[in-house]
Order: sequence, then structure tokens, then C-alpha cells
Amino acid sequence: MARIVVVTSGKGGVGKTTTSAAFGAGLARAGYRTVVVDFDVGLRNLDLIMGCERRVVYDFVNVINGEANLNQALIRDKRVDGLEILPASQTRDKDALTFEGVQSVLETLASTHDYVICDSPAGIERGAHLAMYFADDALVVTNPEVSSVRDSDRVLGLLSSKTRRAEQGDEPVKEHLVVTRYAAARVGKGEMLSIEDICEILSIDLLGVVPESTAVLNASNAGVPVIMEDKTDAGQAYDDIVSRYLGEARDHRFLTEKKGLFGRLFKG
Amino acid sequence: MAFLDYFRSEKKRSASLAKERLQVIVARERGNRGGPDYLPALQQEILQVIRRYIEVDDDAVRIEVDREGDCEVLELNVTLPDSD
Repeated sequence: MARIVVVTSGKGGVGKTTTSAAFGAGLARAGYRTVVVDFDVGLRNLDLIMGCERRVVYDFVNVINGEANLNQALIRDKRVDGLEILPASQTRDKDALTFEGVQSVLETLASTHDYVICDSPAGIERGAHLAMYFADDALVVTNPEVSSVRDSDRVLGLLSSKTRRAEQGDEPVKEHLVVTRYAAARVGKGEMLSIEDICEILSIDLLGVVPESTAVLNASNAGVPVIMEDKTDAGQAYDDIVSRYLGEARDHRFLTEKKGLFGRLFKG
Repeated sequence: MAFLDYFRSEKKRSASLAKERLQVIVARERGNRGGPDYLPALQQEILQVIRRYIEVDDDAVRIEVDREGDCEVLELNVTLPDSD
């Protein structure tokens, strides 16, 4: 039976899809059968970030409506063995995802995979609710910025009350904090919330920190999960995140700025 | 040679301002969490009723639901302005 992991944040544009693609690719690279499911009905984007947009034939809603079976809709990644994606539908019908439909698709995926990654839409509406409802673990993606941290706290409240685990009184959803777009230099100048500040406010375990990086845009331009770019800072940060999630102890990197000669002279 | 810090410390760091504001709003929103969905509306209506008689601030009415055993207690706190 697979672990179901929701990647969520409340706020949009903080890096949920980037994180879902990188995390999914990392788990598959580590040898786990992994499927990444796009829950953002109407605003499909996971396919683009993972570089398989031209191979989409059927989608999540087609499967729920019985217009296609799961194997027809799943897209196998060509670079990483054991990695698949289930694209979201582009329909404008917000009720296209039904509770029973999502439950049935996730149960089937869970029986044939090791990890099911649910890429949540922004907001706290139906799509976001269904993406988190069946989760065992949650990656809460947060930027070091006031509105993102506040929305993450709101989402943490929902994870502890509006999920299957919460409703059935099971062990709670395991929450992991992923801070993205972290600019250590600005933190050093007191212009940006630090990791310590964010952890103190949200009081959940820190899984990893992804630095603000040109590699993320470059990777998305090319349709490659950024974790595949082994030499980049963001790619390495996501590699650490996957390893830590799988139980390996790794020190946090990218928490301090790389100082040039000039910076070292003036800050001692 | 951190003498530049002298100039930097002139104004308050924006990050610490962000942290203070977040701590306040997050604490308040956590307080409202877990209560029935009608609480915010109830709070607004009570505020409107009070305002028919006396001018009070937006945050003058505080509502909390506490659980004590099988019993739920609705706690209502109204702060009236100082009379001059």
C-alpha cells in the first residue's frame, strides 16, 4: 500500500508544482514506483513542468467519468523509470472532481505504486480539499513572506481537521515544512524572515530549504524536474529533501549566503 | 569590521516586523479555528447590535468556544471604550 503525500500551501505561486515534480522524480530515482497527480482542475500545469504536455490524451476527470481507464490516462516519464503522472482536466466545471471518484482513483493508484504525490491547487476550495483529504503525509510549501506563512498556517489547521485521518481519529497527517525561494543574503540583512522565524511561527518539522535560484525557471522552461539538474543549488536542495523524507540524516544547506571577498571584508 | 551595522541598525529590520505581525495574526486565527462555522457571522452580528447603542472598535467583541467534558461553552467578551 502506497503512502499518499499532498503537496500544499494555500497561497499560489510558491512552488507546489515545482516541488511535486522534483519530489516525485526524486522518489522514482530512488527506486520507488511513484505517480504524481495534478489536482488543479482547469489550470493544468504539472504536465508542462514535467515536460510531457504533448503526450496528454486522457486526464483525471476522464478516468472519474469512466471515459478512459487509468492506464490510458497515466503518462510514463521517459527519463526516470517508475515515474508516472496523471494530468488534471482542463474543464471549467469545478465539480468535475467527485469525492467518490477521487477516492477510487487514489485507491487504485495506491495499490500499484509506492508513493502517490497529490499536487494541490492553490486556495482552500474543493480541489485543494480533495487533494489533502486522503493524505498520509503533507509537504507544506512556504515562501519566507508574510502572506505565504499565514496561508500555510491556515492549511495546517485544515490538515489537522478536514482530512480522512483527522475525521477517523487515526494518527494525524505527518506535516513537513518545505521553504522555497529562500534568499540567505536578504535574511542576513534582516530583510527576509529566517528559517528559524518560520519554524517558530508554524511549529512543524523542517524537511528542507530550497534557495532562490535561476535553476528553477531554467528547468521549467525545459520541462525538466529541477531535481534532475544535479549541479544546481535547487536541484541539490530537492535531492536532500527526498533523502531526508526517506529517513536519511542530511545537514541543511543553503542557509547562509556565499560571501565574496568584499562581503567577507565588511562583515568580518 | 562590521561598522556598517551601525548604519543598518538605524531603522527596524523589516523581517522582525514581519515576524511580529505574523505571530499576532496567526495566534488570533488559531483561536477561531475548530469552532463552528457560524462564529464569524455571529461575532459580526453581535458587533452590529452593540453598535446601535455604543461606538466600539472592530475588535471589541471576542468569541471563543471552549470544551469542558461533554459541554461546549460559548464565551463572549465585549470591551467597552473608556468613558471620558
